[in-house]
Amino acid sequence: MSRSGAGALERGALVKRRTLADRAEAVWRVDGVLLVAVAALTVIGTLLVWSSTRTWAPGATGLVKKHLFNVVIGWVLCGLVAMVDHRGLRAYAPLIYLLTVLGLVVVITPLGSTINGSHSWIMLGGGFAVQPSEFAKLGLVLILAMLFARPVEGTERARPLDVLLALVAAVIMMGLVMLQPDLGTTLVLGVILLGALVVGGVRKRWIAGLVLLAGAGAAAVWFLDLLEPYQVARFTAFLDPSTDPRGVGYNSTQSMIAIGSGELFGKGLFEGGQTTGRFVPEQHTDFIFTVAGEEFGFLGSVTVVALIGAVLLRGVRIARDCEDRFGTLMAGTIVCWLAFQSFINIGMTIGIMPITGLPLPFVSYGGTATFANMIAVGLLQSIHIRTHQRHERAYR
Amino acid sequence: MKPAWGRLLVLQVLVIGMLAVLAVRLWQVQVVRGAEFVHAATETRTRDVMVPAVRGQILDSAGRPLVRNRTALVVSVAPTALVRTPGGGAQVLAKLSAVLGQPVKELKQRLRACGPKVTRPCWPGSPYQAIPIDATVTTRQALQILERQEEFPGVTAEIQAVREYPGKHEASQVLGYLQPVTKEELDKRHGLKSTFSGVDLVGRDGLEFVYDEELRGTPGVRRVQVDRLGKVIGVEQQVAPVSGHTLITSIDARVQAVVEKALAGAMKSAPKADGAAGVVLDARTGRVIALASAPSYNPSIWTGGISEHEYQALLSEKSGKPLVSRAIKGEFAPGSTFKVSSVAAMLRDGYPLKGQYSCPGSFMVGDRPFNNFRGIGLGTLTLHLALVKSCDTIFYRAAYEQWLRDGGLHPKGRTKEPMATTARMFGFGRPSGIDLPGESAGRIPDRLWKQRIWAATKDENCKRAKTGYPEVAKKDAGRGAFLKRLAYENCLEGFQLRPGDAANFSIGQGDVLVTPLQLASAYAALAGDGNLRSPRVAWALIRPDGTKVREIVPPVIGKLPITAEQRTYIRKALSEVPSDGTAAGAFAGFPMDKVRIGGKTGTAEVYGKQDTSWFASFAPTESPRFVVVVMVSQGGMGGQTAAPAVREIYEGIYGISRKEATPDPRASKVAGDHEDRRSESAEAALPAGRPAEVLPLVGPDGRVTR
Repeated sequence: MSRSGAGALERGALVKRRTLADRAEAVWRVDGVLLVAVAALTVIGTLLVWSSTRTWAPGATGLVKKHLFNVVIGWVLCGLVAMVDHRGLRAYAPLIYLLTVLGLVVVITPLGSTINGSHSWIMLGGGFAVQPSEFAKLGLVLILAMLFARPVEGTERARPLDVLLALVAAVIMMGLVMLQPDLGTTLVLGVILLGALVVGGVRKRWIAGLVLLAGAGAAAVWFLDLLEPYQVARFTAFLDPSTDPRGVGYNSTQSMIAIGSGELFGKGLFEGGQTTGRFVPEQHTDFIFTVAGEEFGFLGSVTVVALIGAVLLRGVRIARDCEDRFGTLMAGTIVCWLAFQSFINIGMTIGIMPITGLPLPFVSYGGTATFANMIAVGLLQSIHIRTHQRHERAYR
Repeated sequence: MKPAWGRLLVLQVLVIGMLAVLAVRLWQVQVVRGAEFVHAATETRTRDVMVPAVRGQILDSAGRPLVRNRTALVVSVAPTALVRTPGGGAQVLAKLSAVLGQPVKELKQRLRACGPKVTRPCWPGSPYQAIPIDATVTTRQALQILERQEEFPGVTAEIQAVREYPGKHEASQVLGYLQPVTKEELDKRHGLKSTFSGVDLVGRDGLEFVYDEELRGTPGVRRVQVDRLGKVIGVEQQVAPVSGHTLITSIDARVQAVVEKALAGAMKSAPKADGAAGVVLDARTGRVIALASAPSYNPSIWTGGISEHEYQALLSEKSGKPLVSRAIKGEFAPGSTFKVSSVAAMLRDGYPLKGQYSCPGSFMVGDRPFNNFRGIGLGTLTLHLALVKSCDTIFYRAAYEQWLRDGGLHPKGRTKEPMATTARMFGFGRPSGIDLPGESAGRIPDRLWKQRIWAATKDENCKRAKTGYPEVAKKDAGRGAFLKRLAYENCLEGFQLRPGDAANFSIGQGDVLVTPLQLASAYAALAGDGNLRSPRVAWALIRPDGTKVREIVPPVIGKLPITAEQRTYIRKALSEVPSDGTAAGAFAGFPMDKVRIGGKTGTAEVYGKQDTSWFASFAPTESPRFVVVVMVSQGGMGGQTAAPAVREIYEGIYGISRKEATPDPRASKVAGDHEDRRSESAEAALPAGRPAEVLPLVGPDGRVTR
């Protein structure tokens, strides 16, 4: 008894030790490239936030300290999420989705606050605020991955009912975000839906049909004057910034000047006159890329683009290597989300995209966005870890 | 899962495509078009702010300041910033009015731009410039503005250098004044156009005008970084201003003061006098030691913007037009002072130097008798005595004879016109070329001049010869008829130099006009080495550190057409005028044993006015160092008004007090009026009895060490 008891105890201890070892081992199974790329982006982001806020932020470092704090929390969240087995999340996806929808509902009630014309915030007191629409992206990623993860028996195609449910889930969210109004985030949600449809194996003609429908919808919105005037103005200003260089075109013109004047090598950190002079509005948030362009030059801005590229391509790889549909779908939609948001954000600063209020992932100032992005990275890492643990076990 | 790979591949391609698009576009924006954006960035981000250079001082020959700089707190308003504030700046002006204690209406007047219909107070300068509205603010007021900048957009209070005139009204027309630069003038200057901070002034008259570029220095440029609200956030680049050069003049402030006082006294002694001028030249070098014109004014009224009232007063007839320097701009008939030229002309024409000349009381020039002064005949005289006693008929005769030799009314071929030609060689009839603006040429009425005048006035005269002067005839039939006859004569034969014209010319009457400076310059040539020099006020320009930029030497522009012997002869004759001649009264009691003065009086008749009083002189007679000329317009006899003023000037220069001199009833009367002045003038303005010969040494701190 004593022997067997001891044996069981020993075995139990062994099991426990193995689990701990597994967890420790998991650290070595993270995607290194993804880790380094995101780390580099957050470091660069912190520097850029510092540079763009030091001339006016309280105590010069007031905002960059807050940003650093958010980044640290983001990394903690990333680490925690990465430790969780992503497959376990599937069960919680509906709950998470409902919570994020609840957040979006709260925001349009008087509990929400308006910042910069967008009614997107819930003030938490102590100078902190959350932007539920950022978490909505995560919620949508999870619910769509969950829905499309159970295909028609023997095929890779999503079930028609699930496609319908997915559309409903996405449209509810997009509608709520549109009420804030936040066109940028609505578009991101749309892209997440599109990504899920594509990766989820929905028939091409369905996708084509839905895209056409969305296009018709957009045309209807445009022609029925459902957009706010400033949104229309932003769009026309994008088509020709010179129409109103002091007004709406101002942002576009000034950000091009800031980036262009960085030339090949940039003016050096803190040396950007356009940045110091605050000629580009929203420079620590939506237009953070202009700081990179001006102070780090072409080499620096291309490095930022390359780092984002590294994140995205690792994401695609993680989606490809993952052996469960849920993981693949999550990784795929996350890549679509981050890619679209990065492209729109950088594109608008260099005059190839209209101006929409979207932050640059991992770089822009903003707590909620940082948290949501880092959680997304945590999900990617989690998928990567599980995939490789499985591979290694299979190998053993 | 494998089928999903195809779709993920699409995603991968899209991502790579997106990265490529961004990279290419970034290359295009940052590398291909980089320079273009750098230019745009510099334009939006920086402003060039001018840092005005400290304008150079103007010193006298001993290094005493004639114009210096004083720092003042100046409140300026940038109109471009003001109009952008709510209500077009009305609120800001209301607040400013409260701080400065000036009515809003006055502030508005000073801020409006000058135009054809907008008279002073207004802003004549560039619209880009901040307009100084108060140069007399206290530190307290300035701080009120500076500490609440957000309430005073576009309003600044800065320390600026403003001009100060220690001599007050002395030499004001010589020094000139400053005025804000106009847009046109600014455009002409290369480089520094756009954003001007503070006051940019330009010399408008006198030395400030002539040596404007040297005095101005080079303004510095501070390229400041501004934020999108135009707030300065740092200095990107700075070029320090280079202070203007210091101008050392040959003017001696003390002599200048003596001359100004003498003119004021002369004006007072002649009740109808409406202006006076005094010139003191260095007889050897042609430098100007004093140049005064009365009435005068204090140029400090230009500082910080002149008021409407003050400006009108300066231009008015009533104030005697103090802006006009009678010494260089005033043209007057020289009277007998001109006879030095006429004597020279006679000598050149072969009249013997040692000959005897008859001086009757009257001489028939053609069919008209020309009288001596008071018609008194003086018997037979040498040229020497002719000058001392100022006989006119000798000169009438000579002029008439020369006129006849030239062919009289109908000259044939080239005429000699010895009087006019000689006068020109004495420097008359053309500007002396002094380094001051707006100098007059005077007038030498020779045959050619007559021709020109006739051609220019022929039409009008011929018309009047027919129509007459009904508007004059209405009031005075006799004068109307006279004018009609005159117009007829002028129409018919106005081109002729009549014998009377020639006779009048010989004694400095009729149409001949000279400026006091021209006369002084001619006398300097006569008293000096016989070379005619273009007088100069400026002596040297030095850098702020005391090193010399250049020295200005009065150039020789001619030579008197007489021999040294003849010059000595004339000089000796003139040496007796103050002791035995027409100025003996004025110089009674003057210690000629100490300093012997030579000179010539002049009393020029002016139609409808009092005579112009002249005295042209030099001293000491043996080896002249000074030439002093005084002219009093409507001052009466030369010996009565101008000569006493000249005496006063010499007393000031040499430090001769009247107590030393034997009292003379007239002198003591004059002296009695100025009891305090007498003791003051006992101190010599130039104790060595000669003008300064070496430049003062001015140290970097502006102190004069020699």
